[in-house]
This record gives sequence, structure tokens and C-alpha cells, in this order.
Amino acid sequence: MEKLLELENIHVSFQTYGGEVKAVRGVSFTLDKGESLAIVGESGSGKSVTSKSIMRLLPNKIGSIKQGSIKFQGKDLAKASEREMEKIRGAEISMIFQDPMTSLNPTMTIGKQIMEGLRKHQNMSKSEAKERSINLLKLVGIPNPELRVDEYPHQFSGGMRQRVVIAIALSCNPKVLIADEPTTALDVTIQAQILDLMRDLQDKTGTAIILITHDLGVVANLAQRVAVMYGGMIVETGTVDEIFYKPKHPYTWGLLASMPKINAESKELLAIPGTPPDLMNPPKGCPFAARCPYAMEVCLENMPEATDVSSSHKAACWLLDERAPKVEPPEEALVGGAR
Amino acid sequence: MAVVEREKLLEVKNLKKYFPAGKKGVLKAVDDVSFDIYKGETLGLVGESGCGKSTTGRTIIRLYDATDGEVFYEGDDVHDKKSRSELKKFNRKMQMIFQDPYASLNPRMTVKDIIAEGIDIHGLAKTKKDRENRVYELLETVGLNKEHANRYPHEFSGGQRQRIGIARALAVDPDFIIADEPISALDVSIQAQVVNLMMELQKERGLTYLFIAHDLSMVKHISDRVGVMYLGNIVELTTSDELYEEPLHPYTQALLSAIPVPDPELERSRERIILEGDVPSPINPPSGCRFRTRCPHAMDVCAAVKPKWQEAREGHWVACHLYDEEAVKQQN
Repeated sequence: MEKLLELENIHVSFQTYGGEVKAVRGVSFTLDKGESLAIVGESGSGKSVTSKSIMRLLPNKIGSIKQGSIKFQGKDLAKASEREMEKIRGAEISMIFQDPMTSLNPTMTIGKQIMEGLRKHQNMSKSEAKERSINLLKLVGIPNPELRVDEYPHQFSGGMRQRVVIAIALSCNPKVLIADEPTTALDVTIQAQILDLMRDLQDKTGTAIILITHDLGVVANLAQRVAVMYGGMIVETGTVDEIFYKPKHPYTWGLLASMPKINAESKELLAIPGTPPDLMNPPKGCPFAARCPYAMEVCLENMPEATDVSSSHKAACWLLDERAPKVEPPEEALVGGAR
Repeated sequence: MAVVEREKLLEVKNLKKYFPAGKKGVLKAVDDVSFDIYKGETLGLVGESGCGKSTTGRTIIRLYDATDGEVFYEGDDVHDKKSRSELKKFNRKMQMIFQDPYASLNPRMTVKDIIAEGIDIHGLAKTKKDRENRVYELLETVGLNKEHANRYPHEFSGGQRQRIGIARALAVDPDFIIADEPISALDVSIQAQVVNLMMELQKERGLTYLFIAHDLSMVKHISDRVGVMYLGNIVELTTSDELYEEPLHPYTQALLSAIPVPDPELERSRERIILEGDVPSPINPPSGCRFRTRCPHAMDVCAAVKPKWQEAREGHWVACHLYDEEAVKQQN
């Protein structure tokens, strides 16, 4: 597979009154052409910050990429100038945001907002751009696109607005689409429609997707590969089957076990005790050690290296060291086929 | 199966709550809803945003005055004219936990004063020492400790704040708690902590819950029975196992099939019922059955007649013409 995007050892920090918050601490991953990668984690795990640093959308004054490279088709985006980034944003890499209510401009018609990117990046004439906008609205399943193209965002429902946002993101045929919690603000029946649409569009356009979410159900539905983030780091990565059926990291076990299974007998949920680490003073060792039921002395002192489980599956946990005791995942963490 | 006669704690009868909307419009947020809650059980109420589940909860506890209908708590009509002291007595028995742990705690009060507010109003503590001890005890019950008592809400995480909200509700020793989306603002691993805490407290204190949420898998986990709401109506109500195994109403079926399951293989093989379109506006809801505009099985009768709320099987209530023999006969 052709590597489209390659992040290497990315560190992102924010300057705040209280000190430096190390939101992302050494994240590396690759994205192949046409694949869909999910980044899962809880709030504050650094998943959104990672995606914003790819787009270079970090707040200018306080947030910065401290270290590392983001290679996109051979070019390092971490060092690109603002002018170079303008050519990439929306054209090569585009983004869908969580809240369709706030990511559209309420004073512009839907058509104008779709045309913006087309006019800028593809030098289309007004009439060409409008025609393409209507086609895009049709593609994302909006009825009567000829009429609705001249309407304003407030005339659309939440699900419809998210379809418009997707149409804008896909307008210039980007190679990478970053979807940051694209369905979190939507109701389940609308979520099902949008997930269906995204899968369908990926088949048609071959766009690679980075899906950022905290919902493991959405991951199972849409992703081929998964990276699990915790405390600003990727703690486990693998194919979707490896993560769900053969998870190796205790945090992944915890995530899987704390979700109620709708298709199984209800037992007590296995909650992860405690709260995520303070990234102002990140722990010296493994970020999960303080909440991990299997933590050993070494976990508190040293950060574990990512260990290969298979050619596609890596986990950063001392339990995978050959000197560590053998530990089996809790029964509650077993999903479907693994049970 | 022998049916044990259970004691009704709460009876909701034909409850309606309308809000004025614009010049002549009326928003029918809750339109003729009836159900019972038995002592010691958890009744889940699910539905999408705008279906009226929160309004139902808030009207039951009298945060809103009902437009019509009755709510009986142990036989007493909640919406009856009541004197201040009667209301106070009633408020002690029924408490609420809110969705947003950031907005439901007064940022200018210490945790101790937040939790003790109910204790003060109802005069449950005789001395300052007694009040303090009660607060400490409550903090420990919800998994916090007494060092937290003098802090302010902003010093806590979302999960901890929700625990404070639960401690506040427990402070007056209620029998019945309405939990309105108590976990939707929390992270997955923290959600499980709060749900486990609520289930433990129920076991220890014999509490009765009305658990309102849109997350069906969590509702199934915590509830004994579940009611499904759509556009101001309850469309189906039964035990949580039966609802998930044999949903009768087409809306329940679609809702269940729409939930993505954290199991990739199952997700790949699953046939999904994907509903067309959006929920219609509650200001001008469709005639007859309100779900008919999106229902894959809609018949002519659905537009003309509002389906009856009937017991299709023992303990399994549904409002749908598909299960009404007369309506189906008329159709053919």
C-alpha cells in the first residue's frame, strides 16, 4: 500500500497560565491511500489535537508542534508555511467537525459555502462551481438540491447540515478526510444515515479517512485500522479485528469492558477506576499505570516501548515484555468472536 | 410465569405538556403519556432529541406544570394544589439528577453547602456538627472523601461532579430519583463508574429510578423496563430484555438496528434498517400515528387513526396498528 501520510514522533504543547500542557507526546502513525483509520480515546487524550496539528489548525499563540514530522506525499507539513498550508487545506486534506450547528456560516447560503473551496482551489467559474455544488448535494443525499443550494444553514436539520459539511469537505476531491467526531452531536437514527453515507462515499471516491471518535461502535462500523490514544500517546494500534478481538493493552481492555453489550447478558460493568493523568505534569512512566490493575513497579518509572504483536499490531505495555507475568484480559473485555 | 403483584410508586396518567410556540403555534412536547413505575425498579425512557423524554421527567417532578393529565405518587396527585408544607414533604421523596454536571452545580458554593442545601431546607440536621457529618457520609457513599467538602465545583472533573450531584440528591433520603441523561456528558470509562454507583445505591437503599437517556445500550443495562418515546408519545413499553429481543414497534426496531455495536464482524454482517428523513416538527406533528412519515410499514389507516395504546402481549405495551387486529382487517 502507498503511504499517504506519515506522522513521526509528534509532540504538541499548549502554553497556559498554569504552565505547559503536553497534549500530544510522541505520536507516530501512517495512513495508506484509501484506508480508514480510527483514533479512539477519551476527552483530553490528544486525539483532536493530533488531527488539528495535521491541518495546522492549532491556536497560533499558545499551541505549537514542538517536535516531529508530518509527511504528506513527501512534504513535511509541520514545517510548511502558512501559504503552503492554504493550498493543502480543503484541497488535499479536509476536515469534518463535530458540531454541524457551528461549523457552517449562518449568514451565507449553502451553495456559496460549497463554492468557496471550488472557486479557490479549482479555479472554477461561478456557474461551473454552482453546478458542481448541486451535484455534491445530490451525492450526499439532499433532496431537491437545485432549490436547497440557495438556502441558509438554519433551514436545514442537524443531519442535513452534517451532510452539507461532508459535501464541502469532499468538494475538491481531497486525498485525506479527517472526521472529528462526525456523528457525536447526532441522534442514532441520523448517525446511522451519516455512517452509511461516509462508507458509501469512501467506496466511490477512494478518499482516506481519519476518524476521530470515542464511540467504539462507530469504530467497528467504519474503520479498518484503529489507534487507541491515552494521555497524549498511542498505547495500542492494529487492525480493527486485532483491537476488538485480540486487544493487548489494559486500557483497551478497560474501554471494551466499560461498554455495556446490547446483545449480551448484562453483568456489572467493569469501570476503570480513577481519572486520566494531568498533562501539565505527565507521569514519568506509562500514562495508564495509575489506573491499571496490572501495574508493576517498572510501569511507574519507565515508559514502555511499542512492542510488535503482529506485523500490523503494536502495543506499548510492559506486560508484553518477556519478563512480565502472563496476564489474560478480563472476561468483560471479550467481544463477540473472542468470547 | 407467576406475576408478582408489585406496588405502584408512581402512576402517570394521560400526561400532557404543551409549550406556546410563536403566535398561534403550540409545541406538544409530551402528548398523552401514561405509564406506571413500580417500587424498587428502574424504568428507562429512551428516544431521540426532542421526543419529550426530558420534559416528561421534568413534568413528573413538577419543574413544569402539566398542561393536562395526572401524576400520582403513592396515590397522591402531584399536580394538585398543595400547600407549601405539603409540597416540601413531597419534594423530599422525589429528587433529580441532571445531565450537565458543569451547569447543575452552583460555582460559587462549596461542595459542602451544595450537598447540605436540602438538609437545611428540610431541617434534617440539628447541629452544625451533625450537618457536617451527614455531608461527609454522603461524600463517602458516592466515592469521594471528606477533604472534598470545602472545595468548589470547578476543582472537580465531570465524573466527580456527577457524583456530587448524586450526593445532593441523596441528602434528603429520597425514595424516587429521576436521572435525566446523567451520564451522557461523561467519558466511556467514567460512565461505567457512575452507572455502577447508581446500581449499588439502588440495591443498598431500595431506590426507584426513572432513567432518561438516548444511549440504548446503557439504558438496557440499568433498566428493568424500558419505554420508547417518539415525538411526544410513548410507542412501546416492556421489560428491557424483551424490548431488545423482540421489539414490536417499527420505530423501536429501527432504533435498535441503528446502534453501532462494538463488534466489527457483527457490524459487517448486520442488516440495518435505515430510517429515511428526520423527525417531524412537534409543532405540527403528522396526523394519526406520528411515526408514519418515516415508517417502512405505514398503511392508510396510520394517517387516519391514532393507534391505540394496547397490551400486545403480557406486560408488553405498544401503540401501532400492525398489532391491532381490527385496524389490519380494515386495511385489507
